Amino acid sequence: MNQEIYARVRANPKFQLLVQKRSRLAWSLAAVMLGFYYAFILIVAFYPEIFGIRLGAGVMTLGIPVGVGLILLAFALTGIYVQKANGEFDALTREIKEEARGEA
Amino acid sequence: MRTPLLLGAVALCAFGADEMAGKGANISAVVMFMAFVLGTLGITYWAAKRTKTAKDFYTAGGGITGFQNGLAIAGDYMSAASFLGISGLVYLKGYDGLIYSIGFLVGWPVILFLVAEQLRNLGKYTFADVASYRLRQMPIRTLAAFGSIATVILYLIAQMVGSGKLIQVLFGIPYELAVVLVGFLMVMYVTFGGMLATTWVQIIKAVLLLSGASFMAFVVMSHVDFSIEGLFARAVEVKNDVSIMQPGGLVSDPVSAISLGIALMFGTAGLPHILMRFFTVQDAKEARKSVFYATGFIGYFYILTFIIGFGAIVLLLGNPAYMDSVSGDLFGGNNMAAIHLSHAVGGDLFLGFISAVAFATILAVVSGLTLAGTSAISHDLYASVWAKGEVNQMREIRISKYATVGIGMLAIVLGIAFENQNIAFMVGLAFAIAASANFPILFLSMYWKGLTTRGAVTGGSLGLATAVLLVVLGPIVWGEMIHGDASKAIFPYQYPALFSVSVAFFGIWLFSKLDTSEAAAKEKEAYEDQFVRSQTGIGAEGAVSH
Repeated sequence: MNQEIYARVRANPKFQLLVQKRSRLAWSLAAVMLGFYYAFILIVAFYPEIFGIRLGAGVMTLGIPVGVGLILLAFALTGIYVQKANGEFDALTREIKEEARGEA
Repeated sequence: MRTPLLLGAVALCAFGADEMAGKGANISAVVMFMAFVLGTLGITYWAAKRTKTAKDFYTAGGGITGFQNGLAIAGDYMSAASFLGISGLVYLKGYDGLIYSIGFLVGWPVILFLVAEQLRNLGKYTFADVASYRLRQMPIRTLAAFGSIATVILYLIAQMVGSGKLIQVLFGIPYELAVVLVGFLMVMYVTFGGMLATTWVQIIKAVLLLSGASFMAFVVMSHVDFSIEGLFARAVEVKNDVSIMQPGGLVSDPVSAISLGIALMFGTAGLPHILMRFFTVQDAKEARKSVFYATGFIGYFYILTFIIGFGAIVLLLGNPAYMDSVSGDLFGGNNMAAIHLSHAVGGDLFLGFISAVAFATILAVVSGLTLAGTSAISHDLYASVWAKGEVNQMREIRISKYATVGIGMLAIVLGIAFENQNIAFMVGLAFAIAASANFPILFLSMYWKGLTTRGAVTGGSLGLATAVLLVVLGPIVWGEMIHGDASKAIFPYQYPALFSVSVAFFGIWLFSKLDTSEAAAKEKEAYEDQFVRSQTGIGAEGAVSH
């Protein structure tokens, strides 16, 4: 029984749209996170002195806001994804499910 | 059920009282710890009455909310080792501690974007459910269960040894008794209360740890008039060393840096006790929320440990009450920075609180690990491989309880056996196995149509073997442990993930491509239906609420 429903869902253009939108968002956000993280870790490995650059007259260095910024970035990116997925994507999923059942 | 526990508690009090004479701090620790144990045993009793089916036992009936699960994931992830270890690292090296924390955090967004909801939509109790969804049950489950059990045991030994030593210092009880006590309590929570009790133990622990750490960070900041520049300036002045404000020698060569990053990121996404948490929520929506909250709590926690580490430099360094003036180390080692700081900011009472929280933290983490190991044995090996899915539920639950007791006893024995061994490689090896065997199979089963049973089993085993081999030939085991010198290692890097994960992915790809059997063609065909379910949740297990 499920197999018929699956076949109908696959044929639904809304399903293709959902998959396309979701994977684009998921992979772009993952790329942003990985890109920033590996840039960070490579600077740590090759040019640690960049993070030792002083900001202003005190002892504060560039590395501190960058590091804390990465933590905040991780949280912000998960927030963006959850916002989008639990709203737009879930609404689309609900429509797809209803249409699959409606035609049964 | 209660008698041995009371004996343990009485012994604890007796030893605590002994120690009191020396330090005068432990009575509050013992009282608060007892309150935690009694409270969590009460919860276990409540949970036991609600744990009737296999689904209740493995997933708390699937009725945990996203927010609760987020706290529980944070509770699973913020181990005593990371609290004490990272704040100790910041105390010692400053900025390097932050690099380490960031590595542990960035895996979470990636889990959310690529794994979490698919996992919830496809699986039932364990990640092996997902990996074996369209592949042959027996070989895939066996390999996945083996990967899970290996990860769990290694992690468990590291936790047991660490906890035995910590409790020895904090409560003044003998190492063996501490290990037995931890083992005994975790078996109680898991056997009687299943996932529901384990989840609440983790939630309570997460709240206690976050509150305690927040209070410490608050008092530290109040010492420097809530100026972050003031905190750093004071720390640099006390330490008389400006290098704590920039990266030091923690990660120096690019291969190690990338390899560590891969181990932490993919390893986190392959830890069975973490993956299992996604089955405790109702649907994909709650699974996503779990990761959002978990990332927030864990990130906040790492920022607190950074402040705590710098606070320890400001308040402890040079203070003869906390450090040995000859060696320059803190009493009990530099990993005790957060513990000593709790005394410096809140006196004996708060030291007691943080000590009790450290103990609670250990209990929560080992309980989660034990449950993951148990489900690999009873659900994957017994119910699915041995009984081929035709199993009486009551019997599966009974097997799972035997498995819990078995893992508990093994953990106690190994914990005692490894007391004086170098365990530094164990958590690294656990992450390497999770990243090289569990994660590639799970990930490709979700995203690559061409995956076949033969490819997954051969490639996954190659990844597992490479990870183990490279750790054995690496600087810690072959170098320090066998030849007493890290530079004698055959494999020069401490973290093998870059190599072993590549071997796993390449092996899985190659052997799947070479597999032209009829079974393989069917497995590829089944991907289409699996894909619809993974994207929409149609056909996924529903949940019952409590």
